[in-house]
Amino acid sequence: MQNLISIITFLPLIAALILALFLKGEDEAAQRNAKWLALIATTATLFISLFLLFGFDPSNTGFQFVEDRDWLLGLKYKMGVDGISILFVMLTTFLMPITIASCWDVKVRVKEYMIAFLLLETLMLGVFTALDLVLFYLFFEGGLIPMFLIIGIWGGKDRIYAAFKFFLYTFLGSLLMLVAMIAMYVDAGTTDIPTLMQHTFASETFPVLGFQIVGGVQTLLFLAFFASFAVKMPMWPVHTWLPDAHVQAPTAGSVVLAAILLKMGGYGFLRFSLPMFPVGSEVMSTFVFWLSAIAIVYASLVALAQEDMKKLIAYSSVAHMGYVTMGIFTVNQQGLDGAIFQMLSHGFVSGALFLIVGVVYDRMHTRDIAAYGGLTVRMPVYALIFMLFTMANVGLPGTSGFVGEFLTLMAIFQVNTWVALVATSGVIFSAAYALWLYRRVMLGDLIKESLKTISDTTPRERAIFAPLVVMTLLLGVYPSLVTDIIGPSVEALIGQYDTALNDYAPATELAMTGDH
Amino acid sequence: MATIILFAPLIGAIICGFFWRVIGEKAGQVTATALLFLSFFLSWIVFLTHDGVTEHITIMRWIDSGSLVADWSIRLDRLTAIMLVVVTTVSAFVHLYSFGYMAHDHAFPEDEPYRARFFAYLSLFTFAMLALVTADNLVQMFFGWEGVGLASYLLIGFYYKKESAGEAAMKAFIVNRVGDFGFALGIAGLFFMVDSVALDDIFAAAPTLAESTITFLWTDWNAANLLAFLLFVGAMGKSAQFLLHTWLPDAMEGPTPVSALIHAATMVTAGVFLVCRMSPLIEFAPGAATVIVYIGAITAFFAATVGLVQNDIKRVIAYSTCSQLGYMFVAAGVGMYSAAMFHLLTHAFFKAMLFLGAGSVIHGMHHEQDMRRYGGLKDKLPVTYWIMMIGTLAITGVGIPLTHIGFAGFLSKDAIIESAWAGGTTAAGFAFWALVVAALMTSFYSWRLMFLTFHGEARGDKHTHEHAHESPRVMLVPLVVLAVGAIFSGMVFYNSFFGHTDKVAKFYGIPLAGEVHAEASMEGHTEDTHAEHGESAETAHATETAHAAEGGDDHGAEGEHHAAFGGAPGQGALYFAPDNHVLDDAHAAPVWVKVSPFVAMLLGLGLAYLFYIRKPELPGKLAENQKPLYEFLLNKWYFDEIYDAIFVNPVRALGRTLWKKGDGATIDGAINGLAMGIIPFFTRLAGRAQSGYLFHYAFAMVLGIVILVTWMTIAGN
Repeated sequence: MQNLISIITFLPLIAALILALFLKGEDEAAQRNAKWLALIATTATLFISLFLLFGFDPSNTGFQFVEDRDWLLGLKYKMGVDGISILFVMLTTFLMPITIASCWDVKVRVKEYMIAFLLLETLMLGVFTALDLVLFYLFFEGGLIPMFLIIGIWGGKDRIYAAFKFFLYTFLGSLLMLVAMIAMYVDAGTTDIPTLMQHTFASETFPVLGFQIVGGVQTLLFLAFFASFAVKMPMWPVHTWLPDAHVQAPTAGSVVLAAILLKMGGYGFLRFSLPMFPVGSEVMSTFVFWLSAIAIVYASLVALAQEDMKKLIAYSSVAHMGYVTMGIFTVNQQGLDGAIFQMLSHGFVSGALFLIVGVVYDRMHTRDIAAYGGLTVRMPVYALIFMLFTMANVGLPGTSGFVGEFLTLMAIFQVNTWVALVATSGVIFSAAYALWLYRRVMLGDLIKESLKTISDTTPRERAIFAPLVVMTLLLGVYPSLVTDIIGPSVEALIGQYDTALNDYAPATELAMTGDH
Repeated sequence: MATIILFAPLIGAIICGFFWRVIGEKAGQVTATALLFLSFFLSWIVFLTHDGVTEHITIMRWIDSGSLVADWSIRLDRLTAIMLVVVTTVSAFVHLYSFGYMAHDHAFPEDEPYRARFFAYLSLFTFAMLALVTADNLVQMFFGWEGVGLASYLLIGFYYKKESAGEAAMKAFIVNRVGDFGFALGIAGLFFMVDSVALDDIFAAAPTLAESTITFLWTDWNAANLLAFLLFVGAMGKSAQFLLHTWLPDAMEGPTPVSALIHAATMVTAGVFLVCRMSPLIEFAPGAATVIVYIGAITAFFAATVGLVQNDIKRVIAYSTCSQLGYMFVAAGVGMYSAAMFHLLTHAFFKAMLFLGAGSVIHGMHHEQDMRRYGGLKDKLPVTYWIMMIGTLAITGVGIPLTHIGFAGFLSKDAIIESAWAGGTTAAGFAFWALVVAALMTSFYSWRLMFLTFHGEARGDKHTHEHAHESPRVMLVPLVVLAVGAIFSGMVFYNSFFGHTDKVAKFYGIPLAGEVHAEASMEGHTEDTHAEHGESAETAHATETAHAAEGGDDHGAEGEHHAAFGGAPGQGALYFAPDNHVLDDAHAAPVWVKVSPFVAMLLGLGLAYLFYIRKPELPGKLAENQKPLYEFLLNKWYFDEIYDAIFVNPVRALGRTLWKKGDGATIDGAINGLAMGIIPFFTRLAGRAQSGYLFHYAFAMVLGIVILVTWMTIAGN
């Protein structure tokens, strides 16, 4: 199994190429073939990735299954996973078959749609497994393209605006990261990620235009990466592309966007910001905490005012990602465990919530909350599924949504109680917007004439929700499944971070006395 | 055995909720009920055979992150045993009662199955409640805490087609979350200070916490006080205490068996349980304890005043519950946790019974709940009448003064009032008078309910009155069983909960101060080193206080009562600090203190008799004369209106503003400002193009990236 990671990563791409080259025609049969091929390819990827999961040794905190080859132009092709990235790989391979199955009823340009998703899967897997800066950047930016197309071609009425907003926001953020990467290469002389993680970038304070840059180069590099990851997360106040993108994206696009693409920002913080720029992270941590706390409260309040189901869930995603960034920068075991857990859980829960919206959208062709009401009367199974994920969304203990939220709150209290107070108030607001949505859509009597004939979930839809339900409950009741795998790697990361800060501490004191 | 008690209701809920389609609705209901009765029997066995020694049973791993380790586990001590009995007894009989009550619900069409769903929710609730009371760490307790919140939400909103039910359910969940917000911060603070969430570790650390400070927000606080207060905020939400009480009366939207089980006997007492469970911490947090006493006393008084004028039979009982919970908090706050648990136990019996009795009336009166349309039902519903009579005698506290003979409420309520008197602090003094006045009002509104419902002329719809009927046997049997509890539970358990120190100590497994030394040397070999250390450290301290107590005791006339509570925090189910003499002082209370609740009860009864039997026109006149006061009480002190004005509406407006002005104008405005030249340009292009041309842009992007990377490589070299 020398090439296991490459096989997993490029299997969807191969399927996409087969579709592109060999499948002709737009008739019913061709569409069906395209969908089946995509489903088989993604499912096969899932099964092969299980070998990765079971072959993975959590106690080894280094990179495993590493592939290291020369590539064109003197670049390196280096891939591998560690305790931090492996579960993101699994999340991706797990969700893709579900995503494909959810677009079974799409009738427009099916072949291209499937190609886009397969290509997207390869690129997303690449982001989580790449161990070389250039490779990472290619995957990271490349992922924008299929998503841009999915929104721009199969999206709603204002899809073009949303697609460009999505693209420009994230792309502009990434440009700064590219500059930083070049600077890193110049400084360290390598683009190898494991080597860079050991490299110490200069952290001496120096003045720029009269401002003292505490943390020096590290802070600047941190900020450049931050620009990219913060947009991806998305963090307040650069989150406004997300609601628009979600509203315009087709259901399957929203699922991938919320469940996987948003995780790239958090993954980036863990892979680059903390290990490579510990001083910069430390300097900026309070700033990040406040952005996170504001995101939690602000996005929850805005969610409360929404009239569109998808927008409401999009804002709730922003709030949930606030817990992630907050947890990451506490840099303690509970914070990082909680942040990773929250990302995984959010993958299942938000994915499911967008699918839930998709179910009624397919029937009524509107996401307007006011167009619904009393659906429980005719859709009892749907009501149950919706209830479960609503509760997971508000972080009810026993569902996966609780663990991440709880751990990050435990973590932040140890670092900053003001932020803890503001962030904890999110538990009240999340209950308010989620239950209010549920009440307006599901409860009350069914009086709207248009809804009188609406039908409950089909077996296909139930089959799509089943694995998500299982994961949400399983991780809620036995979260050690996740924490056992990520725990040792997280611990190593914290150890490395603390060592770096200790080395820096004497220097800071000097700098501080110099300032005054 | 405890494991079976815990999981039987969950299995029942799953079978009944998901498999009733396979086995049939009736079979589902029977399965759920049978499994609950299994829990019920086993609970009583556990309770009666329990020897006071704390037992830990680990079931499975749960959250494990660094030093934060929380397992699924059971802590079985006296406190747990009491709660097991209360929860499973009430729940089992509420299940049984629901067979009759939910048999033909007109809120649902004939062909809609709703019974299995109802039973599944009830069983789910019971599971969550049991998980709460058996928790061995704060995180599992939080699981149960939120779990009962979920079940409560589902059951309040059971009539989901009704707008008001959906609204009440939502309100209950959100107001509870305000409490949970405090609870979560409390857990976080305890984890921060103690580096563990296990109860044993927290108890052991309590003395240290009392001497530590914690930086929270703008300043430093005494750790024990702050953390105990934060946990109490959680308790306030769940137990509907003053300021966070607004959800409870609205929760009456749920079917009546739900009100009896959740909103009277079990879930709302979770807050009291939490405070008692954390007794080692509360003992070291005098500031927080004072807050608890004040909030409890104010709630007892406030809720009773509102209860005086309500017309909906269920709302009267709901406010009564709120008020009685205030009593329990006062007891816990002055340090007499045992009295709080005593009232919790007796209250569960008589309040569940009152609710179920009210349900029987409502059932017989075709879902009419307004007492102004009742009257003269004594003969139509004879069994219900006598049941309600027993409940009223129990809640108003009828018994023979200065003895231990009386209905359940007589013993437990007097225990609390005497404890409040014995508390000795300003807060306790205030609480004493508030509770005595509340006892008067309790008596008044309880008898008012009886007189309006069962005596006097039949009012309201004639047709309904003609067809009023007694409930079926399946509903009456649970009432009779609970009635037995309402009559005898006070007398039977008096000594265990509020008897002499040695009896109470034995019941809860608390070592006595004098015995500690002997015990330590005897059991020293078997105890683990940790406990041994704790004990020996405590020994000197405890002996010292025992002497002090003997020396300065002016009321310990009877020599054998000199026994004092000892042991380290966490030993035994409750902890009483060496300087906590409330139990002895309460026993030594003067006669006027001991008879004051009885006098208050008689006054209330007399007034009610005057108002509703002798001169029925009097209440109307009084309401006319004192219109502002009447309106104030009738509108529940305008809490809902005030909260809407200062919280709900501003928050909604803020959300809207942030969305339109924040996201729309400011952020998009500013950030797009840069891109505004670019986006319109692209959209114009795109607008002209077919969507297929997007592939061209995509190609351009790929090209762009390739160029960038190439440049980067070359620049690097």
